[in-house]
Amino acid sequence: MAANTGTYLIRGASVLGGAPADLLIRDGVIAETGTGLAAGDATVIEAAGLVALPGMVDIHTHLREPGREDAETVETGTRAAALGGYTAVHAMANSNPVADTAGVVEQVHSLGKAAGWVDVRPVGAVTVGLAGKQLAELGAMADSRAGVRVFSDDGICVHDPVLMRRALEYVKAFDGVVAQHAQEPRLTEGAQMNEGEVSSVLGLAGWPAVAEESIIARDVLLAQHVGSRLHVCHVSTAGSVEIIRWAKERGINVTAEVTPHHLLLTDDLVRSYDPVFKVNPPLRTDADVQALRAALADGTIDVIGTDHAPHPSEHKECEWAQAAMGMTGLETALSVVQETMIETGLFSWADFARVTSTVPAVIGRVTDQGRPLEAGEPANVVLVDPAARWTVDPSAMATMGRNSPFKGLELPGKVVATFFKGHPTVLNGALNTPYRGAGTTEGAA
Amino acid sequence: MRHLLSTQDLSRGDAIRILDTAEEMAAVGDREVKKLPALRGRTVVNLFFEDSTRTRISFEAAAKRLSADVINFAAKGSSVSKGESLKDTAQTLAAMGADAVVIRHWASGAPHRLASTDWIDAAVINAGDGTHEHPTQALLDAFTMRRHWSRLAGTGSQGADLSGMRVAIAGDVLHSRVARSNVWLLRTLGADVTLVAPPTLLPIGVEQWPCKVSYDMDRTLEQGVDAVMMLRVQGERMNASFFPSTREYSRRWGFDDNRLRSLDTLGMKDTIIMHPGPMNRGLEISSAAADSPRSTVLAQVRNGVSVRMAALYLLLSGDTREPAATPGAGHFAGAAPSTKESI
Repeated sequence: MAANTGTYLIRGASVLGGAPADLLIRDGVIAETGTGLAAGDATVIEAAGLVALPGMVDIHTHLREPGREDAETVETGTRAAALGGYTAVHAMANSNPVADTAGVVEQVHSLGKAAGWVDVRPVGAVTVGLAGKQLAELGAMADSRAGVRVFSDDGICVHDPVLMRRALEYVKAFDGVVAQHAQEPRLTEGAQMNEGEVSSVLGLAGWPAVAEESIIARDVLLAQHVGSRLHVCHVSTAGSVEIIRWAKERGINVTAEVTPHHLLLTDDLVRSYDPVFKVNPPLRTDADVQALRAALADGTIDVIGTDHAPHPSEHKECEWAQAAMGMTGLETALSVVQETMIETGLFSWADFARVTSTVPAVIGRVTDQGRPLEAGEPANVVLVDPAARWTVDPSAMATMGRNSPFKGLELPGKVVATFFKGHPTVLNGALNTPYRGAGTTEGAA
Repeated sequence: MRHLLSTQDLSRGDAIRILDTAEEMAAVGDREVKKLPALRGRTVVNLFFEDSTRTRISFEAAAKRLSADVINFAAKGSSVSKGESLKDTAQTLAAMGADAVVIRHWASGAPHRLASTDWIDAAVINAGDGTHEHPTQALLDAFTMRRHWSRLAGTGSQGADLSGMRVAIAGDVLHSRVARSNVWLLRTLGADVTLVAPPTLLPIGVEQWPCKVSYDMDRTLEQGVDAVMMLRVQGERMNASFFPSTREYSRRWGFDDNRLRSLDTLGMKDTIIMHPGPMNRGLEISSAAADSPRSTVLAQVRNGVSVRMAALYLLLSGDTREPAATPGAGHFAGAAPSTKESI
């Protein structure tokens, strides 16, 4: 069985926001670039006014399967990803059962292949059952068909300093990285929102910035001590930025991510007590938002991670304290980053490609993603209409989660097409068909 | 006013209107027949997710004096303890035709959720939510203070505010919905508020509040106060290291006999001592202070019914008149229900 990749000529797209050029896609790769390319038998996609970018790579996604298929499945989550411009997502390990064995990560990996919308890269748990007591079989997950390189107990901090040290050391054996959810547990017992002026007024238990910053400070020192690679998930405070900047100046091998929602929203929104704004780490202050934008612009923060966290509506239609933490993000990330980084003049589209594709692929060791849009490279390409404006409507999204904090906001930028391995998973802003690989029954319809 | 959720968003006009209406309601309590027909045929549900007998019976008395039908819905021992959601409970009450829901909830913001969702269309009164607010408590405290303050000034309390009054609120501010509601309301009414507490029991962010903060009870008294409001302190807080021991707490921040005497020494003969109850005698307040002529503890309880009558009346009577048009005394004497109310 042959792959369902065809031949496509993208005509006149602004590559990374630069001069218009044509991209000829054939057999899963970018066959040719230039201007005035002959269409031949190719399907022509007129892309004047559109920006061509490398397919986006999410370093931080919750697909919920196995275990919480009422919240999201690999199928629905990756449809959302494709619509959002993604060609790869890293599926976090806090499923049920936890992705702490080769068996579970291979299951998630094959579900991703069967779905065919994006490359699903399972993240392995650092500790058995995310319990923070004993290392999971990291090597077995690395050697599995899923080829895991990113390990995280995300949702829970690996707070035991000895365990964190061992994990950082151990993953060096297979070029892995530990992605830390930085949250000092004792300082955040019962925490409901950012600790500050707003929490003092609302009477909600505070989640202080120091609980994130103290763990990051410890972890960068540990990473330096054992000579390991550390990734910091969802950085949310100005103080964390300062610590990461300091660590990078000292040559410590640390990368950091920021979520789109932490680039746009502040804890002022919690005044509504609407749990759609409840997330972990919590929404912070405007000073934090500005520091995060500046850090993303100057490279202190390396990548965007959506922390896409769908929840069934009953987990949000309740009292704030009862509500689940998390927000959807795959279908809004591009627009929010355009709004906060490009419309503000902090970013070019080339910068956008760096933080949403190139560097996340490097962190996750996804070798065929995040590549330049050049001849001979894998055809993972997204076409964006930067002039489009749209109003966020969660009920119209492909994700099963309706918990978008951007509901009702008008945002710039629309994904027009997504090419995954040379096949258009999204065309004309709507889902097309999934990619079907060659010579395999995996994913056969 | 459609709901009464917090004092932070209560305008000065609305606050004075509630207090003035409460004065009229208080007059009803002095009559032989303590009842008005104003809310006949209306249903008030007391929805309590947290035990609070005193607040519940205060609201119940208030609603009954206005001739409303009262349903007490205690979440403990009801379907709620079997896992029914707030949404389902609210929709159930809506289906039963509740006109007002008086809600006490352990979760901050639960009344806001009722008021801002489409789960129920009733008027919502916050009877204390988590560590957020307790607006009717603050209103009854302000009512009590206003009577005292205007008596000292030799004027009537109708229309008056608390301009110039110095109020110290002492104790566990961090966990206190009473403190929060009082800070906003007293400020709106022109009082100068000082919070007195151990630093561990003040929230991060308190420096942004419209009040002063002190760690020193004696110095606060020396600087002069017209009312001292003691907050209930849970002894168990010491297990979470908020303070070393109840004795140390009591010595540094309690209103004990020495501090009661110091009011006399300092020449503050008109200073009142307040407590929202229930009191921990010997911890945050001594028996001598609680039972002294300065104590307004029982007046606060009494005024609570009047203030809650006023809140229910203003929310349910459809009275949307501006504060200037507040009816004069005696307006309620023969208040017949409007056509709408009698349906």
